[in-house]
Amino acid sequence: MDAAAVQPRFEPRLARRKLYGTIFYGLCILAVAILILAILILLVDVFIRALPWLSLDFITGVPSRRAAEAGIWPAILGSLLIVGLATVFAFPIGLAAAIYLEEYASDTRTNRLLRTNISNLSGVPSIVYGIFGLAIFVRALSLGYTPLSAALTLALLILPVVIIVTMEALRAVPRAQREGAYALGATRWQVTARAVLPAAWGGILTGIILALARAIGETAPLILVGAAGFVTFAPSVLGEGFTVLPMQIFQWAGLPQADFQGLAAAAIVVLLVMLLLLNAVALLLRARLGRHIQW
Amino acid sequence: MTTAADLTARRPASERLIEVGLRAAAAVGILTTVGLIIVLLYETVEFLALVGPLDFFGGTKWSPSITPYAWGVWPLITGTMLVSGLAILFGAPLGLLAGIYLALYASDRVRNIVKPTLEMIAGIPTIVLGFFAITVITPQLLKPIFPDIGGFNALAGGIVVGILITPLIASLSDDALRAVPRALGEGAYAMGATKFEVIRSAIVPAALSGIFASLILALSRAIGETMAVVLAVGANPQLTLDPRESVQTMTAFIVAVSLGDTPAGSIQFKALFAVGAVLFTITFLLNILSERIVRRFRQVY
Amino acid sequence: MTVAASPLSAPDGAQPQADRPADSPTVRTRVPEVAASTTAGTTTDPATDEPGDVVLALSGVSLRYGAFRAVRDVELAVGRNAVTALIGPSGCGKTTLLRTLNRMNDLVPGFIVEGRITFDEVDLFGPGVDAVAVRRRIGMVFQKPNPFPRSIYDNIAFGPKINGYQGDMDELVETSLRRAALWNEVKDKLKQSGMALSGGQQQRLCIARAIATEPEVILMDEPCSALDPRATLQIEELIRELKSRYTIVIVTHNMQQAARASDRTVFMTMGEDRAGYIVETGPTNRIFTQPTHQLTDDYVSGRFG
Repeated sequence: MDAAAVQPRFEPRLARRKLYGTIFYGLCILAVAILILAILILLVDVFIRALPWLSLDFITGVPSRRAAEAGIWPAILGSLLIVGLATVFAFPIGLAAAIYLEEYASDTRTNRLLRTNISNLSGVPSIVYGIFGLAIFVRALSLGYTPLSAALTLALLILPVVIIVTMEALRAVPRAQREGAYALGATRWQVTARAVLPAAWGGILTGIILALARAIGETAPLILVGAAGFVTFAPSVLGEGFTVLPMQIFQWAGLPQADFQGLAAAAIVVLLVMLLLLNAVALLLRARLGRHIQW
Repeated sequence: MTTAADLTARRPASERLIEVGLRAAAAVGILTTVGLIIVLLYETVEFLALVGPLDFFGGTKWSPSITPYAWGVWPLITGTMLVSGLAILFGAPLGLLAGIYLALYASDRVRNIVKPTLEMIAGIPTIVLGFFAITVITPQLLKPIFPDIGGFNALAGGIVVGILITPLIASLSDDALRAVPRALGEGAYAMGATKFEVIRSAIVPAALSGIFASLILALSRAIGETMAVVLAVGANPQLTLDPRESVQTMTAFIVAVSLGDTPAGSIQFKALFAVGAVLFTITFLLNILSERIVRRFRQVY
Repeated sequence: MTVAASPLSAPDGAQPQADRPADSPTVRTRVPEVAASTTAGTTTDPATDEPGDVVLALSGVSLRYGAFRAVRDVELAVGRNAVTALIGPSGCGKTTLLRTLNRMNDLVPGFIVEGRITFDEVDLFGPGVDAVAVRRRIGMVFQKPNPFPRSIYDNIAFGPKINGYQGDMDELVETSLRRAALWNEVKDKLKQSGMALSGGQQQRLCIARAIATEPEVILMDEPCSALDPRATLQIEELIRELKSRYTIVIVTHNMQQAARASDRTVFMTMGEDRAGYIVETGPTNRIFTQPTHQLTDDYVSGRFG
């Protein structure tokens, strides 16, 4: 083959094309950098604003019109109570539903509908759950603007997440494990409870914690079921009047005085720390429970 | 020796009972959806009976609490679309580029750091992003550029919601890009294409439906976003596409009604449900669209 | 008599158990003659073609996935305390047949069993017969070892526990491990995870696990195909020891293994209608040295398959 004859018909312009590639690569990195930078700026700004206001009194105090004396204790209690209750409601139902959909349901039309339905529910905006909670729990069931209504509303909100994550964890257990158990004379429930669930447990718990983290940060649906901005007493399950941490942040952020901006920032720091702890627990669980099973 | 009696079913009734219980739990999902639709439909129908569908779906002025009352829903819809549109405008390129980086450029080590980081960003409560909008974005970023921009404006909302949905787009695009078979890219490389050219002309087009589906999902998420918008964008329902203006989204209106002293059963109260119904319908349709696209995408391989 | 699979639904979509390669050879056949008799309790003379004391008897059995017939016209008698090997090319339904014997195919939606299968003269698919109860008496070892992610002890104890074992569990575990030729290797580390063992050890663990429920029959689905040659020979040796206590039916791709380890051999192949059928059955010796059918001869001499 005569290279000289072939050469003139192509102008590869390699250098320029490689330059475009490098520019593109730079843009990609820039995108990631912008995102991370934005979050860093956010965190730094929040932290700086929060610093003068973070104190033990802040955490254990109650809201007040005087910024210097304000605290978030009712908000913390409210968050823990409502999110805790929501988990108590959502976890068993979500686990049971996931077990049914993954281990029991055959591929019939009804069951496919059930599955699609769950994934549709996970895409519904959280505020719509609040509307539902308002109509059903607060009014139709006359539970009022109480932490109970809020917990039930939140439970419905995180239910699709719990179901989907649990189904994935169950699916990760190989079929051979189930067959081995069946071959030993196990019933379907025995296979599920003794062979599948123990192996899927790590994934399930991690998923629950992620659902918790989502629930703690929710504000809008809780506003609809009665979360208030100025609550100075500890919540009780059926007592009207309660607040949660994000609500308190919202309340303070909306006030014009700069002091309250600082308080809002401080409350944000507390919220973020709680989230960080939850995520750390999830990571720990994933490492300890999940790793020894190398299918 | 085996006898027939040995092999006969002695399965306790509890097995059957367990299955019924599990089925009931799964049915809660259906109950919720049905309940949602009924609740929204009921109050919306009552609302429309009072206000008239023509005024609601055709009107361009929304004044629910100040007389003269006006019940045209379009300002809320355009408000939502403005903020969400801006969010996609910012989020889509950022998310897509980040997704391409994760899927095609990043080493495994970098990926193992960046991907969880993005997931954590996605986990930041939106109220925090709203706070960021009013304390940093508007005063320190936007005011210098647009001196006469208001304290509440759609742009700030669009920016922070964009930040919110970027990790979602990045993650889903990453999945879509990774699902493209290696052979496709290798074919392009073998013809002497640079990496950028392979990405641009072979891999991204192959993943296009997955990427598109992710954008629709992100749009749906942006439309449903509440707290960041409430703080940053304000509550001024008007028919405008100027991002410097303060507008009101559907979600912000719903929150505003709840925060106010609206008596239950009043027309404003019913308006809450009507707007909620519109919101639900829009996001529901978008989600279904996204799912359809993904399903068609799966069949290709 | 057509018996539909019991209404247990499968955990996932229906996956037919038989491999059906697209390119399996279509074989020109004469009408196959059925070699084995199915009458139970015939002579105990191993020199004839009849099995002795019959544990499992199949008569007129066809197996279908919906409309597709995977296996047809099976007449088979499995003798007690003997090793019966099912051999034949890929996709001829050996595994489908095997998995029907302990009703594992009940888990596949749309699976239908026609004909009659008896276990100690009791109809396996009779009314009121529970598949779960069957599986305690007829155990199974799978192609790829599948120990549970639990300790060796708990792996063995799993079966007895769910079946309500009343006796001394420690003793049962030890007996099972001894009979599976694994006791000496693991007796000091019973608490260790079963998955930490080598491939051959894991398979012996699975055998011990199957033995622990005190079955009469052990079905083995290509138990050595995932193991190295040394482990394979150990398992074959184990099978020879086990047959004094248990009846063993083994599916194998490996003809030499069938020749080495089994007393009787069943040769199956796939017909033009893509349904598997039994070509010939008989004492292993005879099948391999003096097969009656041309097809059998072709297969065992390696001319196809």
